Amino acid sequence: MAAVSMEHGLILAGVLFALGLIGVLVRRNIIFMLMSIEVMLNASGLAFVVAGSNWGTADGQVMFIFILTMAAAEVAVGLALVLQLYRRFKTLDVDAASKMRG
Amino acid sequence: MLELLWLIPILPFIGFLVLVLIGTRLSRAGVAAIGVGSIGISAVVSLLCGFSFMSSPPPGDAFSQTLWTWMKVGSFAPGITFHLDALSLLMTLVVTVVGFLIHLYSTEYMNDEDGYSRFFAYMNLFVGSMLTLILADNLILLYLGWEGVGLCSYLLIGFWYKDPANGLAARKAFTITRVGDTAMALGLFLLFAHLRTLNIHGDGGILALAMSQWMEGSGLAIAAAALLLGGALGKSGQLPLQTWLPDAMAGPTPVSALIHAATMVTAGVYLIARTYVLFELAPAVQFAVALIGTITLFVAGCSALTQRDMKRILAYSTISQIGYMFLALGVGAWSAAMFHFMTHAFFKALLFLGAGVVILALHHEQDIFNMGGLRRALPLTSKTFIIGAAALAGFPFITAGFYSKDLILWKVWSAHQPWLYIVGLGGALLTALYSFRLVFIAFFGEAKSHVVKKPGACMKIPLTILAALAIIGGLIELPHAWGNWQPFSKFMESAFPLTASVEHGGHGKAAAELILQGIAVVVSVVGISLAYLFFLRKQIFVEGVAGSSVGVAVHRFWFAGWGFDWLYDKVFVQPVVWAARINKNDIIDFIYRLFAGIIQIFHFIFCLTQTGRVRWYAVGIAFGAVVIVAMVVLS
Repeated sequence: MAAVSMEHGLILAGVLFALGLIGVLVRRNIIFMLMSIEVMLNASGLAFVVAGSNWGTADGQVMFIFILTMAAAEVAVGLALVLQLYRRFKTLDVDAASKMRG
Repeated sequence: MLELLWLIPILPFIGFLVLVLIGTRLSRAGVAAIGVGSIGISAVVSLLCGFSFMSSPPPGDAFSQTLWTWMKVGSFAPGITFHLDALSLLMTLVVTVVGFLIHLYSTEYMNDEDGYSRFFAYMNLFVGSMLTLILADNLILLYLGWEGVGLCSYLLIGFWYKDPANGLAARKAFTITRVGDTAMALGLFLLFAHLRTLNIHGDGGILALAMSQWMEGSGLAIAAAALLLGGALGKSGQLPLQTWLPDAMAGPTPVSALIHAATMVTAGVYLIARTYVLFELAPAVQFAVALIGTITLFVAGCSALTQRDMKRILAYSTISQIGYMFLALGVGAWSAAMFHFMTHAFFKALLFLGAGVVILALHHEQDIFNMGGLRRALPLTSKTFIIGAAALAGFPFITAGFYSKDLILWKVWSAHQPWLYIVGLGGALLTALYSFRLVFIAFFGEAKSHVVKKPGACMKIPLTILAALAIIGGLIELPHAWGNWQPFSKFMESAFPLTASVEHGGHGKAAAELILQGIAVVVSVVGISLAYLFFLRKQIFVEGVAGSSVGVAVHRFWFAGWGFDWLYDKVFVQPVVWAARINKNDIIDFIYRLFAGIIQIFHFIFCLTQTGRVRWYAVGIAFGAVVIVAMVVLS
């Protein structure tokens, strides 16, 4: 099994991260924004795993478990907020919630 | 009997507390019973104390009673201590007896007014404070009473607070007396700083200490006496702090009688007599007292001659008569000053109460030129008023005012102050003239107003008693030349044991005294006759003089109280108002508001970034992350 080189792994992670970021910035539907954030989180997780495998340690995978846990919590809070947003504005468009400006 | 001394000032305070706490729930009769009763019992106790004091004088001719120690700070421990000697006994008797009569009178005078219990509460508080002032054994307790009477004066001048003019008069009185009180407080600080005590009497008191430690005419003595004099000037309405007293007539008439004629305004006289040693150690200040008194009595007499308002005439007359007391103090005639204080309390209270009857009878008409012919409508009031005016004018031989004023003028003459004597004599002529101008215009001639209300018993009794006192009050002290009957002076001298000046009199001067007395008689009679001539028979003459261009100007000048109000307005009030207007926005604050403004500008700028659009925030975060990563990578 040909080992995937670190460069390829990191480039894949970078591409995924950039895709996620663009998704956050251009999407107006909050569900899609959340999904894009998940993509970004997993991209950074991938970078940790690749780095860990490159140096032959388990640290990268441990870090990924942390990120996974954090992502689960984030989704729980995020979905609750999405529900509230929808109840109040009857839409999933985040720009509708811009009244919360200072 | 003297052990009951503490009751005298406490009773009015109890009356005050009861009226303040439950006064509004009591009936008018109940309020009157408490208000008058507390002063009445106090008067009875003071009469008993006075009787006991005179029949068996306590050792040292003084009696002290300590209730408790007020405060203790190091060696300074002023007590709530009352001190009774001849001087404070006289004041106590006058305050409680005259106060009682005026309270009795007020029950009827104030009957139609709102705030009945408030009125009596203030009046009781006043009497209590005044008695504290008088009986205080140390200057700090005296100062407490001093400020207490000032407060009551303020409250009662502004009693009818719904009219803004009354509130203004009250504030004016309070502010101007405050000028004097500040000087007095500084005087107390000075005395304490150098003598380490504020007790007045005894070996460790300020009088004895000042006598032994300070040289006559030393700077300290002059400063202390001058500062105390400042307080006395403010309280007693003497030049240059006299402008509040005529305006103080905005209060109810019994207030004018009690506070602004009989008692409070003579507190300054009392203060100087109480601390007489300081003034004897500072001859320059003592002469200033005499000079101020003389100028004041003349200036106020001229103003009294031109007023139209009955109460303002009496107010200027009060200023003028207190000027006589200051003149007496200034030449070291302590007992003569107190004698005039006593007779003045009688006849001036009588005059004010009479004026109150007239004002009520004519439905709050105070202009004497709208009166006239009241002699027939108000017979008893007119008789007592004429007695009062005669006593004020020093009508010879039968009135108390003659004896007291004559004694003062004689003392001034024998103190070798002929110029002060001449002005004092001129003042006596003015006094006779303005007091009988008031009588002839208001009570004689043809009636111009209809009398709507006759005085009842509660008003007539005080008038009658005070009229009797205004006549017989002078008989306790006859001129030396008439024989050896001076019980008042002998009694008073026991209160001035450290006095340095030799009492004048003796055989060789009897002739001079008789001559001067003759002059005083002539002046008084001439004054009254001139008043009769000018204001009853030949009014055309007065109109001719007052109508000429000079006459109009002088009349206006005197009417406005010699322009003191105008001067103070220009010199003090307007600059302060001007400065206040300039500084309305607080110049110092400008610097701090500048800082606040800059910060606010930044605040507004940063506010713009807070759009509420989540995606913009995400852009911000991403941009920030890029910048930080770039910094880490590139550096």
